[in-house]
Amino acid sequence: MINEAAVERHSALAVETRLTVNGHAHTLYIEPWTSLLDLLRENLRLTGSKKGCDHGQCGACTVLLDGVRVNSCLCLAVMHDGAEVTTIEGLGGETHLSPMQQAFVDHDGYQCGYCTPGQICSAVGMLREGHVKTEADIREQLSGNLCRCGAYPNIVAAVKHVMTAAAAGEGGAQ
Amino acid sequence: MNNFQYVRAADLSGAAQFASSRDGVSFIAGGTNLVDLMKYSVVHPTALVDLNRLSLHEITDRPEGGVRIGALVTNSNLAYHPVISARYPMLSRAILAGASPQLRNKATTGGNLLQRTRCVYFYDPAVPCNKREPGTGCPAKEGANRILAILGTSVQCIATHPSDMCVAMAALSAIVQVTGPSGDRSVPLADFHRLPGEHPEIDTVLSKGEIITAVDLPATGFAGNSAYVKVRDRQSYAFALISVAAGLEIVDGFITHAGVALGGVAHKPWRSAELEQRLLVGKPANRNTWHDFQTALLDGAQGFGENDFKLKLAPVTLVRALEQAAHEGETI
Amino acid sequence: MNTHLIGTDVNRIDGPAKVSGAAKYAGEFFAPDMLYAYVVSASVTHGEIKSINIDKAMKVPGAVKVFTHKNRPHLPWFDRTYLDEDAPIDGSPLRPLYDARVHHNGQPIALAVAETFEAARYMATLVSIEYKALTHQTDMAIAIHEAEKVKKTNRAGIEAPPKLRGNSAEAYAAAAIKLDKEYHSPTEFHNPMELFTTTVVYNSDETLTIYDKTQSVSNSQLYVTNIFGYSKDEVRVESPFVGGAFGSALRPQHQLFLATLAAKVLKRSVRLTLTRDQMFTLCHRPETLQEIRLGADTDGTLQAIHTETFQVTSRYENYFEVIANWSGLSYRCDNVTMEESTVAMDTVTPGDMRAPGAAQGVWAIETAMDELAVATGRDPIELRLQNYADKDQNHDKKYSSKELKECYRQGAELFDWTRRKSKPRSNRRGSTLIGHGMAGGVWESPQMPAAAKASLSPDGTLTVASGTSDIGTGTYTAMAILAGETLGLPLDRIIVKLGDTELPVAPLEGGSWTISSVGTAVTEACKAVSKKVLKLAAGLDNSPLKGASLKEVEFSEERILLRSDRSRFVSLQAALAAGDGKPIVEKAKSGPSLLKQHGYKSFTHSAVFAEVEVDEDFGTVSVCRIVSAIAGGRIINHEAARSQIIGGIVWGIGMALQEEAVTDHQLGRIMNHNFAEYHTPVNADVHDIEVIFVPEVDDIVNPIGAKGLGEIGLVGVAAAIGNAIYNATGVRVRKLPITLDKLI
Repeated sequence: MINEAAVERHSALAVETRLTVNGHAHTLYIEPWTSLLDLLRENLRLTGSKKGCDHGQCGACTVLLDGVRVNSCLCLAVMHDGAEVTTIEGLGGETHLSPMQQAFVDHDGYQCGYCTPGQICSAVGMLREGHVKTEADIREQLSGNLCRCGAYPNIVAAVKHVMTAAAAGEGGAQ
Repeated sequence: MNNFQYVRAADLSGAAQFASSRDGVSFIAGGTNLVDLMKYSVVHPTALVDLNRLSLHEITDRPEGGVRIGALVTNSNLAYHPVISARYPMLSRAILAGASPQLRNKATTGGNLLQRTRCVYFYDPAVPCNKREPGTGCPAKEGANRILAILGTSVQCIATHPSDMCVAMAALSAIVQVTGPSGDRSVPLADFHRLPGEHPEIDTVLSKGEIITAVDLPATGFAGNSAYVKVRDRQSYAFALISVAAGLEIVDGFITHAGVALGGVAHKPWRSAELEQRLLVGKPANRNTWHDFQTALLDGAQGFGENDFKLKLAPVTLVRALEQAAHEGETI
Repeated sequence: MNTHLIGTDVNRIDGPAKVSGAAKYAGEFFAPDMLYAYVVSASVTHGEIKSINIDKAMKVPGAVKVFTHKNRPHLPWFDRTYLDEDAPIDGSPLRPLYDARVHHNGQPIALAVAETFEAARYMATLVSIEYKALTHQTDMAIAIHEAEKVKKTNRAGIEAPPKLRGNSAEAYAAAAIKLDKEYHSPTEFHNPMELFTTTVVYNSDETLTIYDKTQSVSNSQLYVTNIFGYSKDEVRVESPFVGGAFGSALRPQHQLFLATLAAKVLKRSVRLTLTRDQMFTLCHRPETLQEIRLGADTDGTLQAIHTETFQVTSRYENYFEVIANWSGLSYRCDNVTMEESTVAMDTVTPGDMRAPGAAQGVWAIETAMDELAVATGRDPIELRLQNYADKDQNHDKKYSSKELKECYRQGAELFDWTRRKSKPRSNRRGSTLIGHGMAGGVWESPQMPAAAKASLSPDGTLTVASGTSDIGTGTYTAMAILAGETLGLPLDRIIVKLGDTELPVAPLEGGSWTISSVGTAVTEACKAVSKKVLKLAAGLDNSPLKGASLKEVEFSEERILLRSDRSRFVSLQAALAAGDGKPIVEKAKSGPSLLKQHGYKSFTHSAVFAEVEVDEDFGTVSVCRIVSAIAGGRIINHEAARSQIIGGIVWGIGMALQEEAVTDHQLGRIMNHNFAEYHTPVNADVHDIEVIFVPEVDDIVNPIGAKGLGEIGLVGVAAAIGNAIYNATGVRVRKLPITLDKLI
């Protein structure tokens, strides 16, 4: 549920900012000290993106900003006028999971689930970047996402599964 | 985080003008360090000037054979750029050894140069720190200084510069291009960062209103013999305890040209072109040479307790990097 | 009980909610006109607040209130009022905002409340405080000599060291081989990924609905009702999802207190989320010093164990965890002395952190045993087998089961232990030294009283409910499996409800006892339902089940079958159709069977094998492989069980190599209070991990035979890694973590 009224601020310093979040266009008046993460969680009520440190040290807040994975806690929302943001909610809902989300379920790539949306957004962004080939690459490239439950081996297995399936899919199409 | 004004810069001169005409203005690009510091209440800008709409996103060839890197090129785009990874591999490696992919996707070249120290006292407004609040003292000298400096320290400050990128750029003899209220200027990277001295609150030679527009790399990229070795407390996503960027040109087993810089040891990337000329150039590429060089480069290093181990770690890291650079491409 | 689900790999039933962002944690519930709060923390370690100025803070647009000790509402004076289910008996719980006293660095001393999160955050930076600082002590090395050391303290559910047996001093003096070492473990923080958060919804009838990050909704409810004078009817606490806790959410943390206080006074809903740096002002694993003396024959047979441990506590509460006991439990020895003391310092009270006490105690004894293996020239596994404890000598009781020998055997085989070179530094590749080491692990597996409810709808949908929390351990799924097994239902017909004070009361979610306790209660509730279903089924005309007892039938695939002739059955649908159209609801309370468990103690065991690579020049360690063989009774969900053990191993890697809260003793303040400087393992630190569950049948531990796996995965891992590092380098590190500086 999106409550745009809640986002409207009356501060003189608020800045008009257009954001497309999971395909929905918003025109918002945002105070410059509002992080993209807090905007998503508290104002747009998209609480799938998590706050684990608020300082770019854990990756729980990872979203895709114009398709690129970033720490939304370190983004000031006003700086992203015109941007497209994809959060975990935009990747797939509970009853229609995307392949990466389904792979995390199938490989038990989580425990408490709190770092999970960030892990999944990071993994999706990582595959788009196209720099990983080996398991060691995956581990390195997902090292910006802490998991205190220690689900790393299962996370790597989930990502490998998606990579393999994607490669097979491409091969089939050719 | 305090309240502040936010301005989107339309052009360089306007941005410089705005920042030089009032107090407490910060430029912001990737924001990965500045927003972090604002949230910790370490810095309190009155206004932020967003530079992201300026046309500083390109990597272009220079007529003299080098490369110009726009200040807004992200760390990821820089590291994976085919020209950089082919001609300046130590720069790619250094960048990819730092931070996380998410941070590298946001962090910019100019911003990385301006990263503040990771000293835990600097980062904590509840405790004294001469860099954050001049005159309050430096508890780090007798405290938690594991990650702090062993070279170029002052009575006031033992902070280290945390960047990996800058270490490689120092070894590559990069030039920082700057524009500002009093015009354009070029600053060799070696001179860009300061030692703390009496004014640890000042990190660089930039003056009020000055903006980094680009970093130029010379033609020599040590593509054949270079290395970036980073020693840290975990296998990824940790700041360097010691890092070394080493580039060599070797002809018939003898060094003809060298660029070697150390990270994690000082308030700036630590390099001595003079020692390179004297102890590397013209010398055989072997362990004796590395030994003589590291002994001279680390002369005067001093530990402060927790970071004493760096006195042992720095020499072996230097030697490892030089050895790796010298043997790059060989199967040892 | 059927076995088509139990022990298999079952995907978590709450998985889709977790991977889609639909799972709601404490900070993700909303209320109209909700306020945001932000804590102001003390910057001195011991002292008094001289003055506190909130004027600037109140000028921030959106400011509502700054609570301090000066303007707080009336609060109970009597410190017992602040006790919670997990509080130490000795001492006085911290009373936030009660008075001007500062007991520890980072203590909450004010609360900024505003219309937005950002305004509250800004306000908090503008509260200016003057302190009168008093002297403090945070250095255990000094405090251990000057502080008051308290022995044999008590804490509910935590036993003091058992009586000494034999004469360890004489036996030690006479022993051919003597080992006398000190082991030091640092302060560690739980650091669950979710920040501590409470959302207090102030309802229109002035009652509260509190979404809290907690391992026990009933403990949070108890705390809030006692302090703020509410009745239980007026405070509902929910925690449907908990983003990790590891013990840190057993006791109510100060955000619960402060958010409730603000909501009550302001009569508005309030959200309070702590920052990551404030998470370093909460409970933690206490720093310890352990002095261990082992006396043995030349063949390694233990003749004497003397363990003296010191653990840090705060000055206001005598927190205590069991560290020494593990040494007298783990190996057969007739001359044992175990002493435990706390050392009070100016710090926040420590708290249970995953395998509290065992994490440190077993690390020390298992490292000492490796040293004994070196001293006697024995293989580390052989040495352990030689000193194998067939009974619990601490309590002079039998084990309800102990398949540790099988753990050694299967673990060693999978790990290929025989390729280990016993001489240190004899395995290298260039500048990389390779080492192999092992250690044992042990944790208790008690059963606690618990209650659960099962409700079977006429359409055959089952709802099972208990107040316990799923902190990531897989409780939702495990309960569904147990319920499905009992009533022969597929998982998609089962709804599990947890984490709500409206549900039957469960014990604190901790101690690895949830499966044992709540699992038994859920099973009992479902059994009671099955009895009623059978009655309906047997009552049908021409029912093949006429006269059949529960033991004579089996619930499987939504049918009730006659065991003696499985072709004769009644479908669940048909049985339910005979009912009154209302759900069949049964509640069950379960607890340990004193009759069955008399004379026994129950534990989980493990054998952990580690392979490390150490860079000889840099001292950097890579844990390339861990094999952990677990004897944990019956495994309910193999997939989640394996994940639990993997998680424990990752914790062990952190404990061995990285984790340490660094205190500046001049300031008395922990300085690396963030994820950038307080290191926990990242993905790149974790390499090959293999988990084995050895078969272990135990019908004494509890009716379902499962022992709980939350802690055992961690215990012993740090010792195995340290022992492997010794094997690689010849350097024995007795002070955790084993950072590179200790190896160069």
